[in-house]
Amino acid sequence: MAKSLLIISRQSPWSGPGAREALDIVLAGGAFDLPIGLLFLDDGVLQLAAGQNARAVQQKDLSANLQALPMFGVEELFYCAESANARGLGKLSLDEAQPLAAEHITALIDRYDQVITL
Amino acid sequence: MKFAIALFSAAHAPSSRRALLFAQAALAGGHEIVRLFFYQDGVFNASDAVVTPQDEQDLPKQWRAFINEKQLDGVVCIAAALRRGVLNEEEAKRYQREAISLSAPWELSGLGQLHDAVQDADRLICFGGA
Repeated sequence: MAKSLLIISRQSPWSGPGAREALDIVLAGGAFDLPIGLLFLDDGVLQLAAGQNARAVQQKDLSANLQALPMFGVEELFYCAESANARGLGKLSLDEAQPLAAEHITALIDRYDQVITL
Repeated sequence: MKFAIALFSAAHAPSSRRALLFAQAALAGGHEIVRLFFYQDGVFNASDAVVTPQDEQDLPKQWRAFINEKQLDGVVCIAAALRRGVLNEEEAKRYQREAISLSAPWELSGLGQLHDAVQDADRLICFGGA
């Protein structure tokens, strides 16, 4: 059986290539049909903020890549509810992402064979 | 135990030194390293263009010697490397660049090599992530 992998994405979308590069690992895993989970944590939840204007900061929009996740077979999508609340996020741009209370994150990590935090 | 090692930080970062020390200790302890995968700023560890002051640790040189001596699989993510100007001869030619900063034993390849290593290894050990 294939080993499962959890990616914990902690970078804000416009702080450098970190967020995009974390997402690329997830999309590549999805393309290979591997069991992959993605957790947005800390500043990583900012990737899910609705109504971002990438062009205004001369960046490429990440949200198209995020929307592609379910199409790549990546359905285990989570975000830390505390991280989102602390940053005043209301409506999120990825409907499929499930909120997770901070105390449940340990159990989530335990469910996966391997973990990468970026 | 079979280890896969992923490195995400540049050659001058303390975590890159720890990654090399861990890799050396793993082999010394009788374990196997299925692959070293260099991603994000970790690609700078594979750069021939890094010049380290004489009284400091030359990590790119140490990685190269270690990988050559132990015949390890040192894979550098091609997309992350191109973005950061780490190119082998083939890519320099493809993108018409003068500078070649990566050569054997390093190999440029895709993220599939990371997933492949994750599947093969008992443990994935990451250094220099967020």
